[in-house]
Amino acid sequence: MPYAQPPTGISRFIKKPLHAIGCIAPAIEYLIGGISFALDSAALSPAYDSAADLFSLSVASAMSAIAYQAGGGYDEMFGQDGLPRPRMEQFVRRLESLADGDLVWHQKAAESMLRNLGITFAVYGHQDGTEKVWPFDILPRVVEPEEWTVIEAGLKQRIRALNLFLQDIYNERRVLKEKIIPEELILSAKTYRSSCMNLKPPKGVWCHVTGTDLVRDKDGKFYVLEDNLRCPSGVSYVLENREVMKRTFPQVFQGVSISPVEDYPERLLHTLLACAPDGVNDPTVVVLTPGVYNSAYFEHSFLAQKMGVELVQGSDLVVTGGRVMMRTTRGMKQVDVIYRRIDDDFIDPKFFRADSCLGVPGLMEVYRAGRVTLANAPATGIADDKAVYSYVPDLIKFYLTEEPILPNVPTFLCDRPTDQKYVIEHMHELVVKPVNESGGYGILMGPQSTSEERAAYVDLIKTNPRNYIAQPMLTLSTAPTVIDGQLEARHIDLRPFVLCSGEDIYVLPGGLTRVALRRGSMIVNSSQGGGSKDTWVLVKNGSRNHSKNGNGVPAQEARGSLSC
Amino acid sequence: MLSRVADSVFWMARYIERAENVARFIDVNHNLTLDLGEGLGDQWAPLVYTTGDHEEFFKLYDQATRENVLRFLAFDKKNPNSIFSCVCSARENARTAREIISSDMWEELNRFYLLVRDAVNSGASGDYEFFAEVKRASHLLIGTTDCTMSHGEAWNFARMGRLLERADKTTRIVDVKYFILLPQAAADVGTSLDVVQWSALLRSASALEMYRRNHGRIQPQKVIDFLLLDRNFPRSVRYCVGGAEDSLHAVTGTPEGTFGNRAEQQLGRLRSELDFTSIDDVISSGLHEFVDVVQDRLNRTGEAIYQSFFEIDAGGNRGQIQTQEQRQ
Repeated sequence: MPYAQPPTGISRFIKKPLHAIGCIAPAIEYLIGGISFALDSAALSPAYDSAADLFSLSVASAMSAIAYQAGGGYDEMFGQDGLPRPRMEQFVRRLESLADGDLVWHQKAAESMLRNLGITFAVYGHQDGTEKVWPFDILPRVVEPEEWTVIEAGLKQRIRALNLFLQDIYNERRVLKEKIIPEELILSAKTYRSSCMNLKPPKGVWCHVTGTDLVRDKDGKFYVLEDNLRCPSGVSYVLENREVMKRTFPQVFQGVSISPVEDYPERLLHTLLACAPDGVNDPTVVVLTPGVYNSAYFEHSFLAQKMGVELVQGSDLVVTGGRVMMRTTRGMKQVDVIYRRIDDDFIDPKFFRADSCLGVPGLMEVYRAGRVTLANAPATGIADDKAVYSYVPDLIKFYLTEEPILPNVPTFLCDRPTDQKYVIEHMHELVVKPVNESGGYGILMGPQSTSEERAAYVDLIKTNPRNYIAQPMLTLSTAPTVIDGQLEARHIDLRPFVLCSGEDIYVLPGGLTRVALRRGSMIVNSSQGGGSKDTWVLVKNGSRNHSKNGNGVPAQEARGSLSC
Repeated sequence: MLSRVADSVFWMARYIERAENVARFIDVNHNLTLDLGEGLGDQWAPLVYTTGDHEEFFKLYDQATRENVLRFLAFDKKNPNSIFSCVCSARENARTAREIISSDMWEELNRFYLLVRDAVNSGASGDYEFFAEVKRASHLLIGTTDCTMSHGEAWNFARMGRLLERADKTTRIVDVKYFILLPQAAADVGTSLDVVQWSALLRSASALEMYRRNHGRIQPQKVIDFLLLDRNFPRSVRYCVGGAEDSLHAVTGTPEGTFGNRAEQQLGRLRSELDFTSIDDVISSGLHEFVDVVQDRLNRTGEAIYQSFFEIDAGGNRGQIQTQEQRQ
């Protein structure tokens, strides 16, 4: 038995390197939102496949002779004993009651619907931007209500703090004066924009839309992997996934009460309107896209369509008379709020990158004058710098005098001498990554690396310590997924979406669950064999919020959650 | 609405109409040539002349065989006006206007694309059923557009694109007869073969039954009259031009009978000319020549629409409408 029941929690990685326990499994690159993160794949090594560590459940009645084997780590549906988690029992029973081949049939129906709807994403590096159909798994990922309550509160807290941090950093800088976070760390960040000093966005909102990446480690706890405060994408798939589920697999919804996600566009529009510049009556909102060849174009058009606003490209906008105007068939029309899905760097060639042809020359001047709202505000990238990330728990304490609800993944800053020493000594068991790169560039995965690579990396770190951080490796939780007509465990993550309107903070129940479809893989990125699942946040018995329709009659809604 | 998006909607509709009409051309050619027998049978070269793509065709193919022409017109990616290219272009345009067209439209268009793409990928040779499917997909999309999209500015731009394209293509369908039968036109007039051919022509424009109800027996002059000048048949040139003009005025708000920009001027002129032309005038001036003039006018209208609505400089000063709007 080379690899016994692993100690739970990520702390074990810090105490003891993997290879020391005799595990030779390669680390696997794990990409979220284009940013790589390495996780250990110990759970998937042959040694780990021995019976003692596996548990299985037969859903043979649903499909012929299928045994579901949870991988290592935490399984979202089955406990360590191989039995469904209490709240999942009813759901599992429903799966069991399906006729032979039903699940596969529904899976096919969903795929065909996605194809007909043209729900695709562009794959870079191919001629004429080849489209791929969005891979979708028919089995939903279920989040228990108690868990969600914690996640929701944790995210609200985090966004509140990060928003205050942004306002502070570009204005009073209390956080630096009181030495909560080293000044040098901020000023040396690539995403820090000195040109944005003294900016005061309408309603004090910087990050109108955030997509925070969460992972559940072996200990069953959710950890924040990273904050995406620039242009997080994926929310359109949350809505489409639910739609596809409802149309192709309505049976599974019976008797289950799930938090709705369909009102997201309404909430987003509300958020954008609420943050319009002062004194504008009936503001005009637009979505700004880099264009049809952007990999997230589907989402840009989806959101514009659902909100009923124009989807503009840089070339549609022009600055005249101190205002942003769009070219319409009836001449120029003023634009008041821009939900921009273009990075800071490209948004205004006069202000940021001069070679950008995606942006609008002069836009920032209008923005600074307070005559247009940008969502998200420029310069929010400083708050999702990976070194700043490690201070978020401190920021929460500082701005809110609260204890952080959601934990961070422990992070070593190579900028700190003691951390640097530790990272260099333990490089073979850590993931080392640059603080601002995305797309998995420049990442070193300790266990997989050669000693030459590590030596080269040590040089990099010593040359520019500010640019590197290190983290232990996690094992993503798994969920049952339909693979070739069988249920198999696949690793998943979760990206909830948070809207901040200045009046309130809204967390879309659930979010995007991405699933690594390849066996053993922890790469959930859609361009690399990742798919997604509908994410169900169960509603507690009788607790559905009826505030929207006031005198709502809860009788029908309160049929209960999966556990009843 | 955004100029760029208006342009996309206009061209989305145009490309779909074009794809449908290429299917109709092929259909009419089948119908016409199958009966012609030795010598005249299997004439496919005229088809690429009619669609106006002969130069492009002979760059890519040596001989105008049935197989080559069908591949060129239906499936060839290198031909920008092939059914496949048209549907791809329509879909690209729809993608850039995705937020203003309805999801139902997008789904139908996407199904249309998958239909044609699958045919291309499976190496289909282009049988009757495929072209019937293309027509059906186009009609489904037009119906979906009418039923699910507000009949406002964007819808009017789409309608304009569709009707201008259709007017142009109907003139070309009429022209097929001219090209194919030119060598022996005089000899065949009034024969049963002639009747068969004119019927085929009507059928390819889905016009045979409607023609019968209006005119009864097949007479060449009346057939041409029906396809070019009928007031009520939705594929006749006059109907299309009138409809396009209605949509144009709905967009600008300019009263009928007047014009506020070059597009309205061009289209108004063409419409009134069609209004006050009799079929005798057409025949005496020469059918082919008349058709040429109409096609030229339609092209100029397209250019004028582009200049008036889609191409706006930074000051917004292009075309009459914009300057009027600015004064307010």
